[in-house]
Amino acid sequence: MMAQFSQFRLKGLVFLAIVVFALPLFISNPFHYSLATQIALIAGAVVGLNLLVGFAGQISLGHAGFFGIGAYFSGIMTSNYGWSAIPALIVGAVGVAVIAWVVGRPILRLKGHYLSMATLAVGFIIAIILNNERELTGGPDGMPVPSFDVFGWELSVFGQYSLFGMEISGDLAWYLFAGVVLLAAVWLAQNLIDSPIGRALRSVHGSEVAASVVGVNTAKYKSLVFVISAVYASVMGALYGHFQGFITPSVASFDFSILLITMVVLGGMGSTIGVIIGAVVLELLPQLLADFQEMEMVLFGLILMLTMIFMPKGLLPTAANFLAKRRAKSAGGDA
Amino acid sequence: MFSEFLQYLFTGITIGATYALIALGFTLIYNASHVINFAQGEFLMIGGMATVSLTAMGVPMLLAIVLAVVLAGVLGVALQRLAIAPAKNADVVTLIIITIGASIFIRGLAQLVWGKEYHVMPNFSGDEPIQIFGAVLNSQSLWVLGVGSVLVAVLVYFFTRTLTGKAILATSMNKDAARLVGIRTQVVLMLAFMVSALLGSVAGIVVAPITFTSYDIGIILGLKGFVAAAIGGLGSGMGAVVGGLALGVVEAMAAGYLSSDYKDAVAFSMILLVLFFMPRGLFGAKVVERV
Repeated sequence: MMAQFSQFRLKGLVFLAIVVFALPLFISNPFHYSLATQIALIAGAVVGLNLLVGFAGQISLGHAGFFGIGAYFSGIMTSNYGWSAIPALIVGAVGVAVIAWVVGRPILRLKGHYLSMATLAVGFIIAIILNNERELTGGPDGMPVPSFDVFGWELSVFGQYSLFGMEISGDLAWYLFAGVVLLAAVWLAQNLIDSPIGRALRSVHGSEVAASVVGVNTAKYKSLVFVISAVYASVMGALYGHFQGFITPSVASFDFSILLITMVVLGGMGSTIGVIIGAVVLELLPQLLADFQEMEMVLFGLILMLTMIFMPKGLLPTAANFLAKRRAKSAGGDA
Repeated sequence: MFSEFLQYLFTGITIGATYALIALGFTLIYNASHVINFAQGEFLMIGGMATVSLTAMGVPMLLAIVLAVVLAGVLGVALQRLAIAPAKNADVVTLIIITIGASIFIRGLAQLVWGKEYHVMPNFSGDEPIQIFGAVLNSQSLWVLGVGSVLVAVLVYFFTRTLTGKAILATSMNKDAARLVGIRTQVVLMLAFMVSALLGSVAGIVVAPITFTSYDIGIILGLKGFVAAAIGGLGSGMGAVVGGLALGVVEAMAAGYLSSDYKDAVAFSMILLVLFFMPRGLFGAKVVERV
């Protein structure tokens, strides 16, 4: 059973790798690369959020706040203080971890709607600070962020790079980098899920009381996964800022928090590949709906509502369930 | 000095009364169905916008208000019937996303019909402000407070003296037991959404002359109502009123004495503080969970 489980997970990772590396064969337009890069980075944050929501069963309506801190910390340190991107990203992530730990301990005692309220409040406070500290963050107008650099080597969408003897454009290079980061994020998440920590988390999701009865320190594990998911958001936020080259407080906004958790729920809570599909769908949908202009909002709301009403378990689990049923039916027919 | 304080207090109580009405709407739906309705703010928006546009079309004010309230009520019932009822086995977070989808949908419709501009609604009884100890009180504030008090009184009467109100209470306490004694719980749920929508739209109408109104006004008002409900303790009517007023006053004082940029941050810090020390809000029920 367990072996089957991890085999399934490995399949998911291989499948994702194939999609990520095959995609450049089908697209070549810089706009498409940019969109794909953006999706990969946001999907990374969503994979982290899924650990909290899908596996530990906790709700966060403020995760964009951590994404925003990551983006702004890295942006401010690299542009104003001459830091290199990697140390800025790491120090930012450590800072977010500390914040998440300090806020998480008291918050995670709360349940259900009180927890969503508290996380929402934390996200809002972060967004308000980013909006108002104009000298540091540029306020609502945002701030430019230098390109990503590793030991003096710069990754910019405008650059030209050679990879294994091939000349590739900056857009493609960024996309490949983001793809590798996403794969690493998924790999880490899956390892975590299969570890004793992951099992403890799932027991918390199942029944917190039962988990604590058998000796799981539920408070510790809940805080731990809150910190991990916040660090995911922070790292992805930092990379996102460097990729975009410009950030505004919208990266930390309530709307973005809602978008992140919607990606988790729409794709399928608890399914790592599912939540990535959720991210892809919700990032592409506005692009498709843009043609409808004024109807965009109405259609977006309608699609969101209908999907959740008719597929409350999310896209991937519902599809998998449907396929499994059909397979069972046809197998039954043969016998 | 004192007049300044009084001024902030007036502002705070006025906006606080609005928050209290929104929070009561949350409470009603939460009690009946354990759903946090993120579309609550849209009822306020519908109330204000429909009244403004109907009066602009030449409909007399009073009739416009009645029509706007009815429209919101229909919307509330539709929300329950079409979006919440079909998803009865969904997770808490899935239900949240459904109501968020509904609020985006309603906002989108409002934007289609009424455009993106801000709309101004005249004060109900003239623009002459009232002077009290050197502070200025907008006459509309009295309308907000008056209508708010009447609505609260009506709600108290409804829940303690009428059979329908008691049926809603019974359903919120124990759905199965309520059904056993012959209460049609589906109707009760519908009713809760309707009453909540009526409350919201009335709040939206009386406050519209003060805040102006536009298609997206529901987002922040709805959130503030949720904050107020959580401060007071979800599910407590008394808590919703106290939470709303407290939130309004603290916000106004923060804006006046500290910084208007950070007044929202003060509101959200307040909810964190309350929840840190009282995880179920000020008046929240001490529920013992059975496992």
